[in-house]
Amino acid sequence: MSEHHHKETFVTKYIFSQDHKMISKQFLVTGIIMGVIGVFMSMLFRLQIAWPERSFSIIEAFLGHHQTDGVMDPDMYLALVTIHGTIMVFFVLTAGLSGTFSNLLIPLQIGARDMASGFMNMISYWLFFISSVVMVISLFVEAGPASAGWTIYPPLSALPQAIPGSGLGMTLWLVSMAIFVASSLIGSLNYIVTILNLRTKGMKMTRLPLTMWAFFITAIIGVVSFPVLLSAALLLIFDRSFGTSFYLSDIFISGEVLHYQGGSPVLFEHLFWFLGHPEVYIVLLPALGITSEVIATNSRKPIFGYRAMVGSIMAIAFLSTIVWGHHMFISGMNPFLGSVFTFTTLLIAIPSAVKAFNYITTLWKGNLQMNPAMLFSIGLVSTFITGGLTGIVLGDSALDINVHDTYFVVAHFHLVMGVSAIYGMYAGIYHWFPKMYGRMMDKTLGYWHFWITAIAAYGVFFPMHFIGLAGLPRRYYSNTAFPLFEDLADVNIVITLFAILGGLAQIIFLINFFLSIYRGKKATQNPWNSTTLEWTTPVEGIHGNWPGKIPSVERWAYDYSKPGYEEDFVPQNVPLKEGEEES
Amino acid sequence: MLALFYIFIAVAVGLGIWQLNRLSSYKQVILKNDKGEPVNAIAKSEENPVATEKDNDIHGKFFLIFLIGFYLLMTYCLFFMNDIMLPESASIEGENDDNLFLITFILIGVVQFATQFLLFYFSFKYRGINNRKALFYADSHKLELIWTTIPTIVLTALIGYGLYTWNDVMDLSDSENPLVIEVYAQQFNWQARYAGADNTLGRGNVRNIKGINTIGIDMTDANSADDIPVRELHLPKGRKIVFKFRSQDVLHSAYMPHFRAQMNCVPGMVTEFGFTPKFTTQEMRVQEETVRKVNGINKLRKAKGEDPYEFEYLLLCNKICGASHYNMQMKIVVEEEADFYSWLKQQKTITELVN
Repeated sequence: MSEHHHKETFVTKYIFSQDHKMISKQFLVTGIIMGVIGVFMSMLFRLQIAWPERSFSIIEAFLGHHQTDGVMDPDMYLALVTIHGTIMVFFVLTAGLSGTFSNLLIPLQIGARDMASGFMNMISYWLFFISSVVMVISLFVEAGPASAGWTIYPPLSALPQAIPGSGLGMTLWLVSMAIFVASSLIGSLNYIVTILNLRTKGMKMTRLPLTMWAFFITAIIGVVSFPVLLSAALLLIFDRSFGTSFYLSDIFISGEVLHYQGGSPVLFEHLFWFLGHPEVYIVLLPALGITSEVIATNSRKPIFGYRAMVGSIMAIAFLSTIVWGHHMFISGMNPFLGSVFTFTTLLIAIPSAVKAFNYITTLWKGNLQMNPAMLFSIGLVSTFITGGLTGIVLGDSALDINVHDTYFVVAHFHLVMGVSAIYGMYAGIYHWFPKMYGRMMDKTLGYWHFWITAIAAYGVFFPMHFIGLAGLPRRYYSNTAFPLFEDLADVNIVITLFAILGGLAQIIFLINFFLSIYRGKKATQNPWNSTTLEWTTPVEGIHGNWPGKIPSVERWAYDYSKPGYEEDFVPQNVPLKEGEEES
Repeated sequence: MLALFYIFIAVAVGLGIWQLNRLSSYKQVILKNDKGEPVNAIAKSEENPVATEKDNDIHGKFFLIFLIGFYLLMTYCLFFMNDIMLPESASIEGENDDNLFLITFILIGVVQFATQFLLFYFSFKYRGINNRKALFYADSHKLELIWTTIPTIVLTALIGYGLYTWNDVMDLSDSENPLVIEVYAQQFNWQARYAGADNTLGRGNVRNIKGINTIGIDMTDANSADDIPVRELHLPKGRKIVFKFRSQDVLHSAYMPHFRAQMNCVPGMVTEFGFTPKFTTQEMRVQEETVRKVNGINKLRKAKGEDPYEFEYLLLCNKICGASHYNMQMKIVVEEEADFYSWLKQQKTITELVN
């Protein structure tokens, strides 16, 4: 950095940085810290589900007055599942995944010096940071954090009389999410503008790598749907604090009738899921984009059906905004609406199937390089298929009646958006770590990390489908109140053991990640022999990305093993030979 | 402080793996000492951070093993966990549902087995060994057309059957002479109300809650007088039941898994759901699948020294509603119509209760 002409202090370089590469690292590290908290919470409540009456000193140590003799209180159990869901969905898989890789890759892959607005980018991170801090603070509130489920359906979330977590804990939750939405919107607008305006010479939209398409469409879905969550949250704040009745009506609680009249919780459900469902794709599409890139690179083959892939991203994005009602089949809304939402929901299976088949075909007759990133990408395709297929059950209103809100749902969404998106994130970290830190992550630890995680993930979530089919509802503090469920206890113990195994495997990753930042092997400029532009920048990652002119783009992003070339990859900035056709 | 201890152990395990891992990067070499005699020594091998052919080979094979393991897991869950599943539908409307479920499950099961095979088998077969050359194969409209059209056709059929079932279950307009029952939810228990001789429920609102009138029946409504509030749900076999659901505080969900029935209870509005019970509680108790499940449960209970469990239909809450959500239940008894009416006659009407 010595030859660099900008004067940078510690503060401008590491804290209030406007460099997209630094901001992406900030997003990643914050996301990892939140992820550790979220995963740790899941360990605690899994202990409770598996051994409901058993005392655990770890619970005694962490849960303070929310436990008695090492057994957590029911309210705390609900708080843990609520905050686990919130943190994993929003803080890890939205900000941690999209925030990290959109920031890192958009300028590098389209050939731009930085984001359209570095300042807004910095604001986006710091709002995310503040919202994370508020969320973490809410854990230490006297009455406990928000505990109405991550979907915070009113009236439960509106009335402290109904559950103690709906007091200050819920207020902080709402404040945190409002700030989060602002962060996400600023970020998304920046991504969209950057991709539309700052592409280098020759980078036509049809030459964008699939990661770019995925991030671009994700940002658009975010801009369309996040404001609706903000308005839903605002109306809830009005109901809670200013006595309005948007969501509340005819309530008798703690021996008195409340004044609310005329509102409906179903309105909240509509508003929430108008974000909530697209959110699933905000989480998943970037992971699929990363996978497209990693699978093509490591198969040494072009991604199969580039246009179909772009088309299916667009189709999924469009459909994702008109399927929210499938979360509400039995909410009391008109059954005719249920029919409409069943129809639109099952349509999503078509573009999803196209994507899955295209990934598999990309592997076919490839020359597969089994780097850790590649293993995670293959794992993603597997969990995406497994989780996606059960979506056909849940999206069908008639079948949903009996499995709604059971563990079948928990298994489904954890596989299709939880595990898949986390795999995508890991694939991205292993693949672009050299670009972020100029060093390589340790390969062997990566292998350990993948295999233990892969076994644990299926060990946890596959049997979970079946306890759901046996009728076990989710969010039950204990299943001992029903003799009907007693024969599911063993399965729950097995699930918890796998969950602990999976949780421990992430420690391998953490150690690998943080040690590799300082001790990893020095990276070469293009370690994976990739074609995309980010690998033409210097290893040390300078301000402005390219020392001289920004390279111009001459071809699409997937010329791997192209006939007529010595090497098995042709970077995007290499001009076409005479008579060579662009694929 | 024990928490710190656990963290310490976890970190130690991680560090252990890291060190073991470093160990694996050392290899035995043969060096020559001063006299030129060969001696064994250990040296750090220059490890390549990118996958080598050896890595490709190992992990390609691992994927094949993983596939076999996954197949075993799937087979076990699909075929050997049947004993803990719910018995066949106890409502007539639920039969269609079970059918649709079976068809859907066979379908997604076949797709699951096939696609996972392709994915992991290709990962194994095309692992990068022996200087393999990848095939430049970027597009095939024919293939893409195939895997767009086939799912479309299959899904169209599935959607059609699904919507038929859905309308069948949800459309209560054409049911003849149904028995109307109100199910009333509050933190954390259930109540019910029978419509009485006129088979019409009186109006209800939380503002009428007073003393023994715990579910807010509007006593000024003429239809209310003969309404019968109860704490245990009895249903006549073979008669269409239309449930009207209310909640007084937060969202609840009335889940009756054996009847394949569920509907949310929403404060401020009345929701509805209907079904026709097919088996009485007694008949269900001797049904083969129920017997198998109950025997399994009782074996576990015996080991713990608990009393044996007898099968009952249940209504349970399935929407997070607060601290005791996990224990918000009501027993359902299905009996022959005659038994049902003699039970109902013994219950007091709201007028009798209030006065």
